[in-house]
Amino acid sequence: MSDVPADPRFARKAPPRPMRLSWADERVRNVVWQVLVVGAILSVFYWLYRNTSYNLEVRRIATGFGFLSREAGLPIAESLIEYDPSMTYLRALTVGVLNTLKVAVVGIVLATILGTLLGVARLSRNWLLARIAGAYVEIVRDLPLLLQLLFWYALLQALPGPRQAMHPVEGVFLSNRGLKLPWFQWEHAHSMALLAFAVGAIATWAYRRAARAKQMQDGEPRKVWPVAVGLMLALPLAVWAALGAPFTPDVPFLRGFNFQGGLTVSPEFFALLLGLTLYTAGFIAEIVRAGILAVSQGQWEAAQALGLPRGRVMNLVVLPQAMRVIIPPMTSQFLNITKNSSLAVAIGYQDIVSIANTTLNQTGQAIEGIAIIMLVYLTISLSISLFMNWYNARIALVER
Amino acid sequence: MSITAENAAKLPADAIARTAPRRLIGPLAWSRENMFANWWSTAITLALGYLLIRYAVSFVDWAFVNAIWTVPQTAAGLPDTTACREAKGSGACWAVITEKHRFILFGTYPFDEHWRPLLVCLLFIGLYVVSAMKRFWRWELALIWAAVLTLIGVLMWGGVLGLSFVPQDRWGGLPITLILSTFGLAFAFPLAILVALGRRSKLPAIKAICVLYVELIRGVPLISLLFMASVMFPLFLPEGMNIDKLLRAQVAIILFAGAYLAEVVRAGLQALPKGQYEAADALGLSYWKKTGLIILPQALRLVIPPLVNTFIGFFKDTSLVLIIGIFDLLTAGKTAIIEPMWQGFGVEVYITLALIYFMFCFAMSKYSAGLEREFNAHRNR
Repeated sequence: MSDVPADPRFARKAPPRPMRLSWADERVRNVVWQVLVVGAILSVFYWLYRNTSYNLEVRRIATGFGFLSREAGLPIAESLIEYDPSMTYLRALTVGVLNTLKVAVVGIVLATILGTLLGVARLSRNWLLARIAGAYVEIVRDLPLLLQLLFWYALLQALPGPRQAMHPVEGVFLSNRGLKLPWFQWEHAHSMALLAFAVGAIATWAYRRAARAKQMQDGEPRKVWPVAVGLMLALPLAVWAALGAPFTPDVPFLRGFNFQGGLTVSPEFFALLLGLTLYTAGFIAEIVRAGILAVSQGQWEAAQALGLPRGRVMNLVVLPQAMRVIIPPMTSQFLNITKNSSLAVAIGYQDIVSIANTTLNQTGQAIEGIAIIMLVYLTISLSISLFMNWYNARIALVER
Repeated sequence: MSITAENAAKLPADAIARTAPRRLIGPLAWSRENMFANWWSTAITLALGYLLIRYAVSFVDWAFVNAIWTVPQTAAGLPDTTACREAKGSGACWAVITEKHRFILFGTYPFDEHWRPLLVCLLFIGLYVVSAMKRFWRWELALIWAAVLTLIGVLMWGGVLGLSFVPQDRWGGLPITLILSTFGLAFAFPLAILVALGRRSKLPAIKAICVLYVELIRGVPLISLLFMASVMFPLFLPEGMNIDKLLRAQVAIILFAGAYLAEVVRAGLQALPKGQYEAADALGLSYWKKTGLIILPQALRLVIPPLVNTFIGFFKDTSLVLIIGIFDLLTAGKTAIIEPMWQGFGVEVYITLALIYFMFCFAMSKYSAGLEREFNAHRNR
């Protein structure tokens, strides 16, 4: 505040008071209190440390992370990377982290889509739709997630065996062995096409930025979608075709007592994903509803008065404002999905908690095992918070 | 425009007696407006109505019409579940609940003493009802809590007043769920207040400790804390000192709840206008007097609805103790269907458990929503 008239009386600082060693001096009290509290906490931790090191010595448990390079010998049913029980504990734990991330990422995407639909449905002018969405949200939010997971798992296990599998569409089977989906054989050309798609997406984003910057200068809106289609659809297709357009369908079929081929979604993963998605969608629905209701009616009316069509009112005026209300609580829901995926251990999906738990049972390295679990979740939580904080700051209201 | 007393006088005499035309009021007009407003809305209504009726009919068939409520006993005195097995897929087997409800509710507590855990559950519910009433929102409520929780301890353990002693590993079922969540709240709440005050403190060391505690606990799942309680706590304690598993899990839940409640309380402290702090300072009150007499009574009142919502979360989260093998309601339900003759009837048991959890959580969430409306009444003009 430089425009405040400089009054010499205010410019002068109070003279520093010498610190007196007396209880009446606030600064002395503050220092004493902090020293006491920190001292008490440190001594408790020291006491725990002494007990722990004594107990470990008695039980002949060597501390340290040396066990990570030993052979794990624990079988893992599903893995994103190559794994067999003769590999190390480090490899097994990596598989666990990837399994956690897999269910968390897919769960976040599905729960966001379903939750947004439900939130909009609750605000629908159709009474029946609004009521059904409302009842769903109320029921799902009032039941423990673990109970829901066990329920879905029990339901999936009660399904008929492979021979009597449910068969709604050609190539799709639902049985107590999980969900079988048609897939195709993955080849080099497909990886290249995926890479081309990623490059195209980045290029589209860059083009959109440039188009926006130009629009700011000359006021001329530019169409982004033809470029997007070209870069994100035509380019990968061209790459795929250039490499010989390989496509070998891999449709599951019944042979003997089980299925062959196709893409398998295990009952454990399916139950966990179903439970997490349905549970979190209930919470996300409430957040979306609150966000839309938070945008005042006047914003709709003002935008319509400017002659904007309804779709653009939603896109340009209402949604950007609703997002500001929606993003912070949405962040904590994303964190919740990630943390709740640890309930996998109850239904036998091998995520990081499950594998670390087996590891600590096999090796007796309890402290290290739990430290690994906590470290993994702290890292994931912190990364999601940082990303969402960055996104939130980007869309936040710019005030004077 | 609504008809009020003043402008009614200006209207002609028959104006009020006349009703709106038939096509604008009544159930038909209502459904046209709310369910068949345009072709899109009509399509949604018809599709949803069809699905709803179809699934409701098959659910009623399964749950009531074709359901089996009791099963006969075999010669060996065991229940004979062949009838249930035959009805599988078409009818529910509620006989599992008829046979096992005592076990699901009270676990392995001695059968003749089941009135004690039942009384404990009723005491808990009474405690919640009393705490929910505004006229009891005073400092004396803490005394009521202390008295009831002591009484609950006496009833569960026994060993005095002619009650037989029941060791803790025999406890189970609903009382465990209620104990873990209620004791968790009772101890986590004072901790949360201290941490929330510490996080807003001017003293850097205390602030740093509180921030570290809250962020660390909120960054990890409850399961990792429960694992810590079950496998790491024994290593922390000196030789010969042994704390049983239930208490260790309770400590983990208190630490977990403390961090989340602290954030709720902090929101209340922040929402309080600065003038309140300054006025208390101007009166020359000390920090603790200012906090106890001016700040907390107002700040806590502000956050009662989110506190109830957080409590609902903990009530649900206590079910996680299943993973470390503590016998709460969910574990009891899961154990009830381990016996070979009841295997495969998980869905029936889980639906029953869901009803119990739902009753508690739904009551609390309705209560919290009501409070919120009441507290925000001044905003909706």
